[in-house]
Amino acid sequence: MSTNKLDQLYRSVIMEHYKHPKNKGVLENGNVTVDMNNPTCGDVIRITMNVEDDIVKEVMFEGEGCSISMASASMMTQMIKGKTTEHALQLAHTFSDMMLGKDLDESIDLDDLEALSGVAQFPARIKCATLSWKAMEKGVSGESQ
Amino acid sequence: MLSKDIRNHFPILDQEINGHPLVYLDSAATSQKPIQVIEALDRYYRFDNANVHRGVHTLGNRATDGYEGAREKVRKFINAKSTQEVIFMRGTTTAINTVAQSYGRANVSEGDEIVITHMEHHSNIIPWQQLAKETGAVLKYIDLEEDGTLSLDKVRETITDKTKIVSIMYVSNVLGTMNPIEEITKIAHEHGAVMCVDAAQAAPHMRIDVQNLNCDFLAFSGHKMCGPTGIGVLYGKKDLLNNMEPIEFGGEMIDFVGLHDSTWKELPWKFEGGTPIIAGAIGLGAAIDFLEEIGLDAIEQHEHELAGYAMDKMSEIDGLTIYGPRDPEKRAGLVTFNLDDVHPHDVATVLDMSGIAVRAGHHCAQPLMKWLQVSSTARASFYLYNTTDDVDRLVEGLRSTKEYFSDVY
Repeated sequence: MSTNKLDQLYRSVIMEHYKHPKNKGVLENGNVTVDMNNPTCGDVIRITMNVEDDIVKEVMFEGEGCSISMASASMMTQMIKGKTTEHALQLAHTFSDMMLGKDLDESIDLDDLEALSGVAQFPARIKCATLSWKAMEKGVSGESQ
Repeated sequence: MLSKDIRNHFPILDQEINGHPLVYLDSAATSQKPIQVIEALDRYYRFDNANVHRGVHTLGNRATDGYEGAREKVRKFINAKSTQEVIFMRGTTTAINTVAQSYGRANVSEGDEIVITHMEHHSNIIPWQQLAKETGAVLKYIDLEEDGTLSLDKVRETITDKTKIVSIMYVSNVLGTMNPIEEITKIAHEHGAVMCVDAAQAAPHMRIDVQNLNCDFLAFSGHKMCGPTGIGVLYGKKDLLNNMEPIEFGGEMIDFVGLHDSTWKELPWKFEGGTPIIAGAIGLGAAIDFLEEIGLDAIEQHEHELAGYAMDKMSEIDGLTIYGPRDPEKRAGLVTFNLDDVHPHDVATVLDMSGIAVRAGHHCAQPLMKWLQVSSTARASFYLYNTTDDVDRLVEGLRSTKEYFSDVY
């Protein structure tokens, strides 16, 4: 088995988020709900958010999927919580660039998210990683309009 | 078991993936192609390519002979009475849609019933959902037994005198269940319904005899049985097809064309509008020759043995769940499974790193996934080129997958 390449995908940070996800559940009093699925694999996600004054006050995720999709969702909630919608959308954009293997804007702090950069080498898994971000993007941009 | 030399006919299998010899266990999605099929396509395009049924020239005759020759091979392959009952189409999906839109629209009305099962592939669900919505008919599902088989009692309970169409898969692409089509057809006929069979997972692996089954329609795809993609077959009983309207209109399917009205060619061509899938049909013909030379009975036996071997070995892995009937004689050559705590996508990625190709996901059977109460599963599916060595590699790969994930946790 090519363990080295696999280790690039399944970094310990990712497995940690998968086993102990942050912000898992459904927000009781959220004002934004987005459901999204990946029809080719059956992964499903629900993002609930409380967005006020262009700030993501609270965010939670609920769903079923592989380690990559669930870990990515966990990281996403952690990173956008308390941030402006503009910042959240910028992060989504940067994350998408990272998945496409593009050069990244170094001024943005990616924190744990950097661990997902290995996914770019597994084209079949990119959609797993981007599912929650797409859902968040949809919810945030719908709200900010 | 079949000879291991069979795999030498499949050039694609002779390669390394991620540094390991390829083990291809995704034939239920699509099979690999033997050199005989690849060469038949190559030969056709190099020497014989022309449009069919119109040329006075030599190439036109060769192409027509090749295309219609393939139809005769298919007729024999499924033991249809006549080549008029063999229609070339893009695949199983198009074939079932044709039955739904042509036969269905003409014969199903409000309050009638269409009967399918909980194990169907999306291609044998959605055409009927659409027909039911359009006509006001009721779509009914036959419930499954706990081991993923169908009981004839439940079949009898579900099919009534209101049922107009029963459409059921011959072999399940997830559970591996082989359904008693002959008996279900009898029940359907007792109630005056027609029987449509999705044979996509049967045609590659076992002998099909449409006269023996007595089904009214039967659909399958070439690419799952060593043939090219883009070719499939709709079999239909001649008297039914004769009374059905085409759903695609244009060139090739017409007899006389007037300004405001036209007439159709006779069977089977009235259902083959446009330039047909000539190379695809010729490739399918070559695939049938290849399969017949080995023998469908021998292929079926080989797969039963491989599935039995795989189930025995895989059952020894702690935390591995296998779905579908346990008796290898009652199931086709595929094993759908889940490994505790490891998502099937992660299983498939780790196996791929060892050169092993399996499918992960819902296998185009979302209602069945719901029935199994899982969001997705992994599946290893076997064909004539697979060996017990392949199964050993799979089992070894699954053990390392388990180990890998217990380490990273």
